[in-house]
Amino acid sequence: MDEELERDERVFLLGEEVAQYDGAYKVSRGLWKKYGDKRIIDTPIAEMGFAGIAVGSAMAGLRPICEFMTFNFSMQAIDQIINSAAKTSYMSAGLQSVPIVFRGPNGHATGVAAQHSQCFAAWYGHCPGLKVLSPWSAEDAKGLLKAAIRDDNPVVFLENELLYGVAFEVSEEAQSKDFVVPIGKAKVERQGTLITLVSHSRYVGHCLDAAAVLAEEGIECEVINLRSIRPLDMETIESSVAKTNHLVTVEGGWPQFGVGAEICARIMEGPALNYLDAPVIRVTGVDIPMPYAKILEEHSVPQIRDIITAVRKALNI
Amino acid sequence: MLSKSSSWLRAAVQLKAVGFLRTAVRSESTAVLEIKNPYKLHKLEADIPTKFELTKDEAIHYYQQMKTIRTMETASGNLYKEKAVRGFCHLYSGQEACCVGLNAALRSTDAIITAYRAHGWTYIRGVPIAGVLGELTGRKTGCAQGKGGSMHMYGPNFYGGNGIVGAQVPLGAGVALAMKYQDTDNLCVALYGDGAANQGQVFESFNLAALWHLPVIFVCENNGFGMGTSVDRASASTEYYTRGDYIPGIWVDGMDILAVKEAALWATNYVRTGKGPLVMECATYRYHGHSMSDPGTSYRTREQIQEVRLKRDPITGFKDRITGCGLLTAEEIKAIDDKIKKEVDEAVVHAKTDPEPSPEDLYTHVYSQVPPGFQIRGCDPYTYYNTK
Repeated sequence: MDEELERDERVFLLGEEVAQYDGAYKVSRGLWKKYGDKRIIDTPIAEMGFAGIAVGSAMAGLRPICEFMTFNFSMQAIDQIINSAAKTSYMSAGLQSVPIVFRGPNGHATGVAAQHSQCFAAWYGHCPGLKVLSPWSAEDAKGLLKAAIRDDNPVVFLENELLYGVAFEVSEEAQSKDFVVPIGKAKVERQGTLITLVSHSRYVGHCLDAAAVLAEEGIECEVINLRSIRPLDMETIESSVAKTNHLVTVEGGWPQFGVGAEICARIMEGPALNYLDAPVIRVTGVDIPMPYAKILEEHSVPQIRDIITAVRKALNI
Repeated sequence: MLSKSSSWLRAAVQLKAVGFLRTAVRSESTAVLEIKNPYKLHKLEADIPTKFELTKDEAIHYYQQMKTIRTMETASGNLYKEKAVRGFCHLYSGQEACCVGLNAALRSTDAIITAYRAHGWTYIRGVPIAGVLGELTGRKTGCAQGKGGSMHMYGPNFYGGNGIVGAQVPLGAGVALAMKYQDTDNLCVALYGDGAANQGQVFESFNLAALWHLPVIFVCENNGFGMGTSVDRASASTEYYTRGDYIPGIWVDGMDILAVKEAALWATNYVRTGKGPLVMECATYRYHGHSMSDPGTSYRTREQIQEVRLKRDPITGFKDRITGCGLLTAEEIKAIDDKIKKEVDEAVVHAKTDPEPSPEDLYTHVYSQVPPGFQIRGCDPYTYYNTK
């Protein structure tokens, strides 16, 4: 964000606690000191109001970054995101663009219970006119966020609170101020031969961990990091399935109408169906509101062992 | 030159008064006219002019604009009845003085945003009649190429045309934020109705605009009804110009175009000097129902509507004043009327016969700057459209 704020004067950040508090999760630390009140704006607790203001300012030539403290609170403002932002380019036949980024943590954290733990990838991924991104690694976070800010469309940028504290190795290239990752392209994080695992956000890490365990038995998994929920990169998934003949999807969100459900449907409709040796298996969050007690919470989201079980089922071993 | 007015003409007038308050002096091609009903102020010390000199050109201009909107809206209604327009169609007839008066006080670099009763606003901001009517009939030559329809028309510094009640108010505050951020002294007028005035996001916008001193004028076009619900049945307080609470407010007779213009001009000067937002309430009336599917008589009587037409119509009221004081003759008015009718009739022909969008247009404009080769799914897996 610092680099993009420096690069383009029209970029600014607004949200609750983003300025003087340095960000509820410290994501915007130091920005207010550097850029001041004009460009880093603390808002009152008024999601619908400030999201609407952000959209209006984007219509009038600025490039706002609108932070939701978590995406759970975006539901207060969802009308502005969908009806005012996502649909406007189409309704105006291209006369009015809305270059805005809505960002914040998505999905569950730990111990914050049902109202603070929902994953919105499927909800926002459903809507034409939006781009929806879900980074996993630091490289993803940086490259995709910069791409989102530079994009002239409304982008929903789904971060993850638990990933904020995780360190990743970052290449030389990724450290450049112009490092941008293309929107709409998935990344193969690990090459494999026997089965394809597709995931987004935090669960990419789980898939890699599962792959490491399975590798000890000689089961080489290919792990794909979606990066983009909308547009969804089916080509990368299909090429992988053509090679491995097996597919497991992994996500933190609920199963019904989820990201995995969409992937299954599209696999069926496309060329990869002929390459499948077994049905696609979806590993998802449990179909319940998120419970509080630690032991319950742990069981309500995919564990590494759940991914391993799914792989074995798919490969029939 | 000051008018020779007698004091009885200056007597305070109630909102439903029959007579016209005016003092007029003919001086070349100008006249001095006075507003009909006094302004009301909320937390504001303001010396808003109550009389002013109107030139003949201005008189023609305002009359023409109002009459065009009225004629265009009548045509829209007829097109709807002929089923050439589908879906929603919210007519502005009766409220013309609000948009003409407000727009007259604005620069072209100021912005306007309103809700769905937007045809008049779209026209006043520079979209040709054929662009409005063509959009209603879903033609490729419509101002949004048929993709938006009645509620989603856009123009230069005009942000629509918005379908969700109240959503346009924070958007308008955001446009104002952009204007302040970009160091201009432009402002944004964010309009909403008496129904929308109860939306939470309106109050969120009030707070944010006042806190951040945004150059926005919140204008409530109070036409007495939110769809079929009268103001008394919807609002605990119907003094909409006071509902900004800590934001100063002005009430103005929205059927008197000169009052609207003067109040708006005063308001723009206030807002442009960085004092923060204002709330304005324009008391107006709509003749038609809420939309074309509402006859508009189940919640009010035909007599009530007729009374407003006879006694408070913004266009006939203005016409009587400008002819009465000698600025224009009845023949000149007729000539303007005829010209407008001809223009609207021509636009109607276009609206009925211009080409409709083609099947490929279904897939365009989903995104700004679509990457080449981007695919959009059609109705089934065999239909993918590659945008160019």
